[in-house]
Amino acid sequence: MNEDNYLNAGYSLRSWFFTTDHKRIAILYFASLIFFFFVGGAAATAIRIELATPQADLVSSDMYNRLFTMHGIIMVWFFLIPSIPNTLGNFIVPLMIGARDLAFPRLNLLSWYLFMLGGAVTLFAILAGGVDTGWTFYTPFSTLYSNSYVVAAVMGVFIAGFSSILTGLNFIITIHRLRAPGLTWYRLPLFLWSLYATSVILVLATPVLAMTLVLIAVERVLGVGIFDPKIGGDPLLFQHLFWFYSHPAVYIMILPGMGVINELVSCFSRKQVFGYKFVAWASMAIAAVGFLVWGHHMFVSGQSLLASLVFSFMSFIVAVPSAIKVFNWTATLHKGSIHFDAPMLYALAFIGLFTIGGLTGLFLACLAFDVHATDTYFVVAHFHYIMVGGMVTAYFGGLHYWWPKITGRLYPEYWARAAAVLIFFGFNLTFFPQFVLGAEGMPRRYHVYPPEFQVWNVLSSGGAVILAIAYLMPMFYLGYSLFFGRRATANPWNAPGLEWQTPSPPPEHNFDTQPVVTRAPYQYSPDFKAEPQNA
Amino acid sequence: MPDAVAPQFISTAHRDETAELGMWVFLATEVLLFGGLILGYFVYRHSYPAAFAAASRHTEIVIGAANTAILLTSSFLVACAVDAFAVETRKICAGLLSGAILLGLAFIILKGVEYADEYREHLVPGIDFNFEASEANGAQLFFVFYFVATAIHALHMLIGIGLLAVMATLTWRSPTTRHRAALHSIALYWHFVDVVWIFLFALIYLPGRSA
Repeated sequence: MNEDNYLNAGYSLRSWFFTTDHKRIAILYFASLIFFFFVGGAAATAIRIELATPQADLVSSDMYNRLFTMHGIIMVWFFLIPSIPNTLGNFIVPLMIGARDLAFPRLNLLSWYLFMLGGAVTLFAILAGGVDTGWTFYTPFSTLYSNSYVVAAVMGVFIAGFSSILTGLNFIITIHRLRAPGLTWYRLPLFLWSLYATSVILVLATPVLAMTLVLIAVERVLGVGIFDPKIGGDPLLFQHLFWFYSHPAVYIMILPGMGVINELVSCFSRKQVFGYKFVAWASMAIAAVGFLVWGHHMFVSGQSLLASLVFSFMSFIVAVPSAIKVFNWTATLHKGSIHFDAPMLYALAFIGLFTIGGLTGLFLACLAFDVHATDTYFVVAHFHYIMVGGMVTAYFGGLHYWWPKITGRLYPEYWARAAAVLIFFGFNLTFFPQFVLGAEGMPRRYHVYPPEFQVWNVLSSGGAVILAIAYLMPMFYLGYSLFFGRRATANPWNAPGLEWQTPSPPPEHNFDTQPVVTRAPYQYSPDFKAEPQNA
Repeated sequence: MPDAVAPQFISTAHRDETAELGMWVFLATEVLLFGGLILGYFVYRHSYPAAFAAASRHTEIVIGAANTAILLTSSFLVACAVDAFAVETRKICAGLLSGAILLGLAFIILKGVEYADEYREHLVPGIDFNFEASEANGAQLFFVFYFVATAIHALHMLIGIGLLAVMATLTWRSPTTRHRAALHSIALYWHFVDVVWIFLFALIYLPGRSA
């Protein structure tokens, strides 16, 4: 254990809540996100309990609407979007590029405060009585008819949006300006390429959502607004503006996960990532093309057939870079010296689950099939495979991988592997039946359903129990390891990245001497030993 | 001009160029913020051209044009202030910034006068809106856009005025290279707010006034 590190640099509340150290801000985000994950998870639990039987027995229709809205809003804006970027990204980015901190440390702290303020306003909306619009806030229901706390909720999301923008801006500038000597763009670990692509989306898409939310609030307060069909306004314009943000936001919720998987697959195969440049540019391609596919959320909205055809085609195109990544990870495994440590189990789970989520996305990009599947559980299963099976799995994988670096302690390997396997099975049991339900026509957002759907719903709810237990397990064994875990060396995985060439936990100033990068990332000698980037 | 550099930077030049790049990225965000709104405007102007022309004729083009001139002049003063930033000419620089601040405040006051006029003429949607019946709906859409866009623009102006005031004070006291970088970024922001207004001026005041 490094005696002089960022964790023991100060113990006062002030040294945490007014810190500008990217590592401490990452810890602040970690703690906040655990809280929001449980809030969103509690809503999901109530939903799965209700759906175990065809009748309504736990909540009313109105309450059910509020539950799935709360689940969506909290999980999307207060867990998934900040998850990997603001925790692992905040901690690792400066270490990976050999910098002392992010470019704008005070902006970084401000971003956390904005996030917490947005979260507090949203929690107020929930506690005051909730929101029943769904996380998409579709007009005119959200603006003119809903009798719930829409304005408070959209303001909460609006504020959190600025936190996203500041983080994205900070990452873009940091990666441009603070790379260590010798660290050229093509020597950047792929995690940084994916975070760079994510940041571009954060900076360019989030403001459109911000403006759209302002327009909703204005319309609710004035009783008249530009989405109001009574005066010739177009509710579809809202959907266009909303999805112009929210489809790219789906890539905010997967690109950072893909970035983590590169690090894990390479380290535990003891090989460099196959086709580095293709994977790097695939991230940028996803970010760029991801801006041109939003209309596939609106195939049944009445938009023109030509628009639908173009959006359908573009949605197929955006699958190409995603597929490149999956093939390249698989090729990386080929002839590698594969180690099944817990992070690798998460990475392998990610590849499988993401592939299912991605391929079912192609089903939904087909116009004819989408008309059948719109607003059914097929869609719900599809995006949970991406966001939970993909992003949350990658988050856990990255968390285990960098845990020794962050805390200076090793986690118990046996329990970690058990949790990874359990998450994989629990997840599939929860969400695979929902593909069947959707294909058979069960609509989403209803808490009462015909009895013939019960078998699949019971399977799904049973899977959710396993998944919930599996998600709780890391809380215990990681918490245990914080106090009783074995001390970690600087480089427990024998990995070549710069972040592993400084003590664990890192000193407050990250590196004792400025690292100078001499080679590409992910280099291993023929006997599978890491060749550090700065050696 | 001594000042310490934060540890993540190699030199003052490194720090200052980084700060300016940060402002450019922030402006990219701002472009998209107004972009969504302006897209909405064009959708409805395309659908209701007559109503938008009629509504636009009710806007106060004299105030709008005066405000455009005021804002362009203030941007000119800020550009001169950036050029005049030096220890020897610090009072000139602070004076130019103060001039820009006064022009900014004049813009806000004129905007307030304009809002008051529109309130008296029943042009505020949601508050006793009254317009020729045939074009009333489209005109309401126009005025929702008008008020949202100009209010958000005015908010940007107020933030900019505050920043310029801080810069004027700092420059008057003791200009450092750090302040030079800050002034560069704030000037960029002020020019951007100016550019947004030029777009808004054309969209709000000009339709329906030619031919």
